[in-house]
Formats: sequence, C-alpha cells, structure tokens
Amino acid sequence: MSLSVYIAGVGVISAIGNNVAENLASLKSEHAGMGDITMVDTIYSKQLPVAEVKLNNDELAAMADMHANISRTTLLSAIAAKEALDDADIPDLNNLRTGFVSANSVGGMDKSEDFFVKFLADNSKGKLRDIFDHECGSMTELVADKLGISDFMTTISTACSSSANAIFYGARLVKNDVLDVVIAGGTDSLTKFTLNGFNTLMILDKEFCKPFDENREGLNLGEGSGYLVLISEKVAKTLAKQPYCTLSGYNNSNDAYHQTASSPDGTGSYLAMQGALKKSRLQTTDIDYINLHGTGTPNNDSAEGTAIKRLFGPNFPPMSSTKSYTGHTLGASGAIEAVYSVLAIKNKLIYPNLRFETRMDELPFEPVKELLTEQDIKHVMSNSFGFGGNCTSLIFSAV
Amino acid sequence: MKVYIRSSACVSPQNTFNSDSFLTDIVESTGTRLKAIEPDYKEFIDPKQIRRMSHVIKMGIAAAKSCLTQANVEMPGAIITGTAFGCMADTITFLTRIVEQEEEMLPPTAFIQSTHNTVAAQIALMLECHNYNSTFVHKGISFESALFDAMMLLNEHEADNILVGGVEEMVDTSFTVLTRLGLYKRWPVSNLSLYDTSTNGTVGGEGAAFVLLTGEESVENLAQLTGLKTLYKPKSIEEGIIDFLKSHELGIDDIDLIITGKNGDTRNDEVYTELGTSIFKNKALANYKHLCGEYPTSSSFALWMTSNIIKDGVIPEILKEGDFDSISPKNVLIYNHYQGKYHSLMLVSAV
Repeated sequence: MSLSVYIAGVGVISAIGNNVAENLASLKSEHAGMGDITMVDTIYSKQLPVAEVKLNNDELAAMADMHANISRTTLLSAIAAKEALDDADIPDLNNLRTGFVSANSVGGMDKSEDFFVKFLADNSKGKLRDIFDHECGSMTELVADKLGISDFMTTISTACSSSANAIFYGARLVKNDVLDVVIAGGTDSLTKFTLNGFNTLMILDKEFCKPFDENREGLNLGEGSGYLVLISEKVAKTLAKQPYCTLSGYNNSNDAYHQTASSPDGTGSYLAMQGALKKSRLQTTDIDYINLHGTGTPNNDSAEGTAIKRLFGPNFPPMSSTKSYTGHTLGASGAIEAVYSVLAIKNKLIYPNLRFETRMDELPFEPVKELLTEQDIKHVMSNSFGFGGNCTSLIFSAV
Repeated sequence: MKVYIRSSACVSPQNTFNSDSFLTDIVESTGTRLKAIEPDYKEFIDPKQIRRMSHVIKMGIAAAKSCLTQANVEMPGAIITGTAFGCMADTITFLTRIVEQEEEMLPPTAFIQSTHNTVAAQIALMLECHNYNSTFVHKGISFESALFDAMMLLNEHEADNILVGGVEEMVDTSFTVLTRLGLYKRWPVSNLSLYDTSTNGTVGGEGAAFVLLTGEESVENLAQLTGLKTLYKPKSIEEGIIDFLKSHELGIDDIDLIITGKNGDTRNDEVYTELGTSIFKNKALANYKHLCGEYPTSSSFALWMTSNIIKDGVIPEILKEGDFDSISPKNVLIYNHYQGKYHSLMLVSAV
C-alpha cells in the first residue's frame, strides 16, 4: 500500500471565479458570489439569492470544448477537472493507471426538467437528447471521455457530502495500489428541482447567508465544481514541482438520526471529525484551520458547532465557512472546499467567514471574521455533511 | 485478503425473497416489463413508515434486513449501495408537482426521499448504524462499484460484515421514457421465451439484492468472492476475461459455470454469441435476465443467484443455456455488460 496520497493538482469553478486563480483572488478580497437567479427559469428569481457561476452554457461549452446542449453540470465538471489535471502536469501520464471519481447530487436534472415539462403534457413529446444523460454516472462518463480516462471511473452520490466521499475514495484507490493517479471531486449546477426542494424545507435564506451566526436564517444555494489530482508517492517523485500537500485523514460516519435533519449533538459530524483525526494520527490541537460545512441553517450549524465544542474544547482552531462566498454547492461543495483547504496550506491563508456578526449563544467560539495571512498552516480539516446523515471529514497536511 | 459472502437476500420479479425453494417456482410474465414481487414489509418496517416509503426504499430495506438476519449480524460494519437511477418514484413525483403546481405549495416529502443515498441512509437509520455509509451511482457498474468499495474496506481492515446492495426501481414514467429510448422490445414477450427470437430490445426489470461480505472464514459462508473487475469500452473482452482469470491464477478451463448477462436483445447478446464460439465454447452457460429483467444493477441478482448455486451445489434448470449435466460448480464466472460500454466480471468460488 502507498502510505501517503499526495495532492498534485487543483481545479475549481464557482460563483467566485472560473478557475483557481480567480477563486483565490475572491477569497482574499472577500468578494461573495451571491446574486439574483439568472440561469434558472423559476418563480423565485428576485426572491431568493443564489451563487451562480457567472457564465452561461454557451460560454461554459466554449471553455470546456463541448456541446452547449449538454447538462451544465457536465460542463462545470469538465472545466474544473481539466484545470486540475493540467495543473498536476504529471509526466508520462499515459503510462500510469488513471481514474476519474466524480460526484453529483441530481445528475442531468437541469436538462431532465426541460424534458419533463413537454413530456408531462404528452408522453410522446420531449427531446430524448435532454433525458438521455439524466443518470448521475453520465456526467462522469462524458468528462472521463473528454479527459481520455478509461482505466477506472465511478460516481458517488451521498447528497451534500458526495464529493468529499469521492476524494476519499480516490485516495483509497491509490493506497490500495489500484491506481496511480485519480482525479476526484464533484459537480452540481443549480436546478429548479433542488431550488424548490430546499425551498420546501424552508431552509433558504432570503438574504445572503450568515453561517455560524446567532441570527442565521438558512443557506443560499450555489453551483460549481472542484477536483483534486491525487497521486501515489511513486508518482509524486516524478513531478517537476512539489505537491501541494497530502490527504492525511478521512472518515465517513453516519448520523443515523433523521433523513434530512442533523442530531442535536452532531453525532455524525463528531464521529467523522474524530475518525479523520485518528486516521491521520493527529490530535485536535494539531488542526490549524477548520473549513466548516457551515451551511447557515440553524440546524446544521448548531449540530456541527456542538460536535466541534465536544471534540475540540477548550482549544478551538481558527475556522470559517466558505459557503459565505460560494453558497452551498451541494454535490460539489466537499470538493470546492477541499480545493480551498489545499490553497489555504499553500498560500498560508485563513479565509474569513463573511457577514458574521453575532456569536451563537450555545457556542464558546466564533468563526474568523477577517482574512488571516502568513499563517503557518500544517493541517486543515474540511467538513461535509449531507442528507441521509452522511458525514465526512477530510484532513489535508503540509508536506 | 479473502472476501466471503456470508449471506444474501433478494427481492425480484421471482419468488426469491425468504423462499424455501431456489428458482423452481418460476413466475411467467408476458409484456416488456417484469415487476418485483413485494414482500410483506410489515416484518421489516414500521407500518406507519411503509405508507410513506417508495418501492425502492422498501425493497432495499427488506433485502438488507433479511441479509443481516440470515447472517445473524445485528450491526453491519458498513452499508454500501449501488443504484443508477436512485429514487425514481419520488424524483418524478416532485418534478411533476413542480410543473403542475408551478413551483408553489410543494410538500417536501418526495424531495427529501429523492436523493440517491436514501436507501443506504434509511437502512442506517433503522439500525442506528453510525458506520461507513456510501452510495455509488455509476450506470451499469453501480453495484460493482459498491462491491469494490467493500472489498477495499475489508482489505484495509477498516470494517467487517459489510452490507452491499444493488437497488433499482422501475416506475411507469421511467418505463415509458426507456421504451422511447429503444431499450425494450416492440411487442410483448414471455420472459420464459426471451431468448427464443432474435429481435431488438429486452424486457425491463427491477429489484434489490444484498450480500453481507466478511473477511472471516466460516462453514456458514455461502461462497468466496474471489475477484471483481470492471472494464470500460474494452478493446477485446476476450482478452479482458483471460487477463482477469490469469490475475487469479486461473484459466478458462478452471471455470465450471459461466453466467452471462444475455438479455434477448440482438445487439446486446452479440458479444456473448461471439464468445460462445471462442473461450465460452463447450462451457456450461447460464442466463438470468429472463428472471429479473434488464436493469443497471441486475448483476446484484446474479451474485445472489450464484452464491446460492455454489452453496446448494445445484444449477436450477431454468437458468441453463442448452443441456448439460448439473455439476456442483466450484468456480463460477459472472460476465455482464450494460449497453456495451460497461463490462463486469465477478469470480465466485466455493469455500
């Protein structure tokens, strides 16, 4: 087994930038990506803020070098995955065993919902092209084909923890010597389906979200895609540059409390964080920054906060939710935040939790309010929790 | 690291669930769609919840719980499912309401239960199982991906007694759409004569099949899951199969029975026919899709079936392609492909 799994490349597209450099610039300049809904035809435009990628499908298709009539979720995936692979710049890639592990929550739903309007009126109507790639696996397959990857591919869908699980699965494929290189992450575009779904749960904030604030009122949905290139120790030695860091710890635990709500004491999140620490053989005091799941819903932040209080107290590392920039990108969030965690180590940064005002009554700590630079960051924990009690924590460590 | 199948349970269009007989009491159905036979869910699920749960969730829970009961295991070390389409009924219900009610006054239940991880999550919830929990959603290799994850977890000594399942439900809307996409036959056909005429299309199916995998040797184990490999658009499947067997220090002569994913569709079955003239020539062959129909995780039905064939030492007549003496097979190869793109090989051996 390869003992360490290195991160050799990163790629991201989100509401705060179309590539890694733009995302990093926005994180530093405290520029949030939320705004009115412009890409989805819904009665909630002008009512609910969302964090959209600022390019339409034609523009994304041109960037991805793919057809504009395919799912936006696929286009976002292709752009970020390509950026990550280019960034890794792995010598002799064709002679290595390479895999693509991607995640998403609703597959090609943006196209399926177009199909469905016509189909519902008349079952013989609706363009079949729009429903053909409904399956979650289709997004992965199209992007793998585009990247020329055929050795291994699969798709994970565990709601909002999907892409954190994809990254950790990718790392295990390397550790088990199944593959040498894995591009792992996730993607999701905004859809009417998810927008309406979250709206029925009454957890969408009508203002820009305020994660971990006493007066938080819910989340803002976002969209985007993020990927890491994970490589074995052997491949790391062939790189022209130093890898970013390692993925030193990971854990997937289940809250087993409710299909959508988190348990009051955050059992699942506690177990995930504790398990990831154990895997990386680190203590809570070794963690220099926590990139919170921090959706901004009363329930999540309370459960996650309580779990952190129980596990880390009384020494709390700096922490923040970058969903205050990107919104909650669902199946992509774990991967986008993994990219930000890697960038935090590389650039010695701790990002602020935007719009934070009032500490939560139940917590003895609060998130970071301003950008911290020149931080000696050795270990970052990134949390991702989802429907179905699926809780995953990842730990990235400086090399 | 050896991987054993400790127990297996299956809800399918046949009498496979908690049945005393093994594929002797066959259900014939004429049409282009085989529907799963619903177990009495009251045994497994609180009656109040039964009403709210979709078909796929109920089938999944029943199969998972029966699998655990058979193995006498209360708490699995991990729960992993594979499903290409996920919770189709709830997805369609919610989509329909969005359109019909123009996005207003929507109840949340269908959305809540629409995520692909719902089956694995509901099993965890019922068992209060906090362990590793994941769901793979990669088309025709969703179940194989879940199995592969479980085999890695065992190899890593991260968990034992891993519950792995393939689940898929066929609802009217998906059947209509998939029929329009040309997956099924144009005319009704009896599932028992699925392979008799060479025409385009197959019959749709559905089901839920779980296995409990363990690293521990026991006389109670049904079989050993010796190997698993998936191939994407392989240049030569023949070479793929030979390489796979070789990686387990076996040749085709060591295989006593081959179970193929033949589904009655001319194009789909071409590759099996070709192999029948080369490496599959003079081998004992069996089919299964006339019993469960075609669906992306049908290989989970095949694995349930194979585990029982090995344990019982009997190949039910209904499965056999042509006549051959019913030997007690020691090494069984399951070869399935989904729409020509995804090919999967599972090697199951006697313990």
